[in-house]
Parts: sequence; structure tokens; C-alpha cells
Amino acid sequence: MMSPARLLERPSVRSTLSAFLALAVSIGISTVLILLVGRDPGEVYDLFIKGTLGSPYGVGQVLFKATPLIYTGLAAAICFKAGLFNIGAEGQLTIGAFCTAAAGFYSHMLPPFLAIPFCLLAGIIGGGIWGLLPGMLKAFFGVHEVINTIMMNFIAAGLVNFLVGDIFSVPATVHTPDISGSSFLPRFGAFSGYFTASPVNVSILLAIGTCFLTYFYIYRTVPGYETRAAGLNPNASLFAGIRPSRVIIRTFFISGAVAGLVGSNYVMGYKHYFELGFSEGAGFIGIAVALLARNNPIVIILTALLFGLLEYGSLTINTMIPKELANILQAIVIISIIVLTKIFDRLQLRLGKGGV
Amino acid sequence: MSESLLSAAFLIQILRISIPYALPAMGATISERGGVVNIALEGTLLISAFFTTLGTFYTQSPLFGILCGIVAGVVVSLLHCFITVYIRADQIVSGIGINLLALGLTKFLCQIIFNSSSNSARIVGIESWHLDDLSRFISNPFIPGTVLVLLCVHFVVYKTRLGLRLRAVGENPAAADTLGISVAKIRSIALLFCGALTGLGGAWLALDQHSFTDGMSAGRGFIALAAMIIGRWTPAGAVLAAILFGFSESLSIRLQGSFGGVQFFQIFPYILTMIVLSGFIKKAVPPAADGIAYEKE
Repeated sequence: MMSPARLLERPSVRSTLSAFLALAVSIGISTVLILLVGRDPGEVYDLFIKGTLGSPYGVGQVLFKATPLIYTGLAAAICFKAGLFNIGAEGQLTIGAFCTAAAGFYSHMLPPFLAIPFCLLAGIIGGGIWGLLPGMLKAFFGVHEVINTIMMNFIAAGLVNFLVGDIFSVPATVHTPDISGSSFLPRFGAFSGYFTASPVNVSILLAIGTCFLTYFYIYRTVPGYETRAAGLNPNASLFAGIRPSRVIIRTFFISGAVAGLVGSNYVMGYKHYFELGFSEGAGFIGIAVALLARNNPIVIILTALLFGLLEYGSLTINTMIPKELANILQAIVIISIIVLTKIFDRLQLRLGKGGV
Repeated sequence: MSESLLSAAFLIQILRISIPYALPAMGATISERGGVVNIALEGTLLISAFFTTLGTFYTQSPLFGILCGIVAGVVVSLLHCFITVYIRADQIVSGIGINLLALGLTKFLCQIIFNSSSNSARIVGIESWHLDDLSRFISNPFIPGTVLVLLCVHFVVYKTRLGLRLRAVGENPAAADTLGISVAKIRSIALLFCGALTGLGGAWLALDQHSFTDGMSAGRGFIALAAMIIGRWTPAGAVLAAILFGFSESLSIRLQGSFGGVQFFQIFPYILTMIVLSGFIKKAVPPAADGIAYEKE
């Protein structure tokens, strides 16, 4: 049995501890908010659980809400691993999803086994290029990626506004026409009888597969090793012959490409068209998903499911308490996790100095 | 079309749009000169717009509303200060968290108080929309106020001891620390002023629109950051850039529907920012310790 002080010496223990504490803090705050609004927390939580996990339909909805968060969580984590910040996932997924839809318009001559990969590839390339730009600006001109990725989010929004409004417009809507049937990703309800009527579709399997692929890439390949080395110690990795510019560009492309796959869920699996504002901020929530999972690609599946549960659950309790509770809690998870991690780090230093 | 471009109404529109860019941009300049990156600007703007609406709604007094907006801005900014300066957690992540919090919290409160998560009741505000009389528009306190703020910020940053300390803390906090300057204290003061100025910007948004609507900051906090960059981290530069952005946006509104691709004017600030940052037009260089928490040895 190790003493608590010794356990705290491990960074993984400290960050796991702060992740769980952050969840506890957000549950505490949500309970307080529910009481302040004058509702009974027990009743609200009961309705929350019944609405989400209480029926196959609810579970399907949770899985559907979790799918984009898996992609955006991965996108954030891949960059974090290299010590880079990608707050541009929102723009990357927007461009990626639009490219997916655009490919879908022109794939009616293709059979599904060609049309589906074609649309996915379009999303990967669109998102990847949108990630590549800030990566290149950082690698070649040394411009910090944060401002550039934020700017690229707005440029993406303006661009799709133009494309949907002026080029692919359907009168009186903010979406494009439908993509061709051969590029649809089937819903589970349609072929298995599970989660009937809920929009969860094959895209979630693709997302989980991407998690395992990313895990393999980061921990079992040479470029993945270079990514981690550059993230842990840029100077040491430079001396080891790892070219930082190459790592930055590669990482940003992959990160954007993964974010670009978000369209597979909404465009190919659900509505079958691209709609302005469809992502509801998934690009930013992905950062919370990655932080909570400590950037581990496999754990991201769990944290994305948790946030998906929160997102759909907040809709089911909307009659009792405003659904925006979900956003507040996501924010509190982000803030408390970075604060708690710092506090534990410092606590550990102090204990270490005490000569345990 | 062409004759209306230089009309008083057009100039008023530019100023109207520029105010909520200029005030937070000056705030961000102070904050970043002191070494704290504040992308929480967007959320700060939103929360102060909400509390301005609330204060004005309950008292019927825009002046009290402005005060509420400033206090709300300062509170949010001090939260960012606590997280980044005292806990020394990451400034970017803190900003993202606060922005998300602002979006959720304002909608949440709006739903509870006004029974709609998307908009508040109408409030008395400042008439500026339909004015085409420039002299009447300029007499609203925000215009001389913004000019006064600019003069004050410029004076404090460049001509006072506090300003010198602020810049020292942003360029080389360790050196400032050795000279006995409290890095945390100076950065806190910087964020306090940043919050107040951003709060004033949020107050303008609410009073100009006569209500609160969800997400009404609509990226203005980020445009303000862009203005700060294009203004090369100087107060006067930030205000000039804010007016440039206001001009570009007014133009896009004027030209709406006249030809395709008017959206270009909306994304112009963002593209310009990326170009300036990359050094294609005289490179913009941030303060050396910008964004880095100061850890004492």
C-alpha cells in the first residue's frame, strides 16, 4: 500500500483525481442551480436518467450526440499531445462537413461502397486543409496558432454562409439540397431494430474506430512518437533530430482531418444535407472532452459519451430547468479541471519538498 | 448607393459598430501588455450585455445598467485573473471555459427571468439606430467617452509608473519581480481595467439594441482581439483598427444584396489579422511574456 503522498507523485494519479473531482464539482453546482430555480434535484435527476438511459430511443440519442464529440475531442487531443492548441475544430468541422455534403451532391453515379468513402475523404481533406493553414503559418512564420485558428473559425463560417446562401441555396432554409442516396450512412434503427427512431448511425462506429487508430498512431508509430516527444520537451526532441515544423504541420493536418469527419454523423447519417450552425459548438466542447480524458484517445470515447449524455439529458429536463444547464456544466468541467490539476501539482511539490 | 456612402447615416453606422470593438480592444491591449492573453473577452462582453439589460430593465435607468455591465465585466475578468494569475492555469483554456460559461449562463438566466432563452424584454436604451443627424449621435456619452478612455489608456500605459510596470511585467516578469514589482498585482490591475472596458462595450451592445439576445456578442470579442493585434498592441492602433473593421462591416451591410460575395467584407478582419500576424505586412509581435503564467523560482 503506497502512501497518499507517493501516489500523488504520479502525474496520471493527479490528473485522474482532478478529472473525477471536476465531475463532482459540476454535479454539486448543478444541484445548487436546480435548488435555486426552485426544483427538486431528485426529481430532475430522475427525469434525466429516465429520458436518456431509460429507453433504447434515449440511449440512441445520447450515442448520436456523443458521436461528433468523439471526433472533436480527438482533434483537440492530437494537438495537445504535440503541445499545440487547436481551437479551430469548429471551423475545420464546418468546412469538412460542407465538403462531405458537396461530395454527396455529385456521387449519385457511384455505388455506395465508393460514394461513402468518397464523401468521407472529402470531409477529411476539407477539415485537414483548414487545419493545415494555421499549422503552416506556425511552422513557417512562427505565428501562434491560437489566434489563427480562431480567425479560421470565422472565415469558415463566412465561407459556408456564402456557399449555402448564394450557391447551394434552398429557398427559405439555411441548408443545402439533399445529398444522393448512395452516400447515406445507415441508421442502426433501419437495419438492426436497435435504438428505433433515434438518429444514431454507423458514424459512431467509425468514430470509435478512429479513436483506436489514433491511439495506435500516437503510441505505436514513429510520427506518433515524434508528436509526443515534441509535446513533452520541444528542446530535447529538436536535439534528437525531430523537425518541429514537420511535426506541427503533420499534427495540424491530422487534427483538422479528424474534425472534418464530424459531417459523417450529421450530413451522411442524419439529415442528409449540410445546415448552417448544425454543430452547436461541438468544436469547442471537444476541448472539454479531451481535457477530461487527459488526451487519451480511448478514454475520449467515455468522456464524449458522458458529454453526449449531458447534452441530450438537458433536453429531456428542459421543462423543469433550462437546457443551457448543459453548457454551464461543460464550462465548469473545463475550468475546474485546469484549476484542480494545478492545485494538485503544487500540493505534490510541497509534499515532495517536505521530504516524504 | 454611392452618394449614401459618405452620408451622416453611414458615418454613424461605422461608429455604432466600432464602439463595441474599440472598448474591448483597448481592454485587451492593457491585459496583453501585462502578459495575460484574454480570449475570455467574448464571454465577458456577453455577460456584461446581459447584466446591463437586467439592470436597466429593473430600474429603467440606462446609467444604472451601464454600471451593472461594468461590474459584471470586472467580475468575469477577475475570474479569469484568479484562474490564470493566481492558480496559474492555462490562459487559453480558461478563456474557452469562460466563453462557454457565459453562453450557457446568460441563456439560462434569460430563460428564468424573461421566460425565453433567446431574448429579453425591451429596455430603454440609447437611440442611435435611426439617427441620421451626426451631431445628435455624437452627443451620446459613449462617443466622447470612448475618446476619453483612449486618451487615458494611452497616457497610463506610456506616461505613468503603473504603465511602465505593466509593460515590464508583460515583457520580462522575472526582471520586474527582482525589482520588487508584484507581477500578480500588476496583472490583476490590468485585468480589472480590461474587464471594466469590456463591460462598457457590452453595455453599449445592450443599450444600442434595446434588449439582450442570446449570443449577441457574436464574435465581437474575437474581432476586438484582432483589432488589438492589427493595432500592434497599442491603444490608439487598436481603436483605429476597430474603426477599420466597423467600416468594412458597414460597407457589407450597405452592399447587402447588391452583388454576390458580400460576405467577404465580413471575413475581411479575420483575413487581415492572419496576414498581419504572418508578417506579410510589417509583422506584429506580441509582448514577450504574453500568455505565460509567471512562476516564482
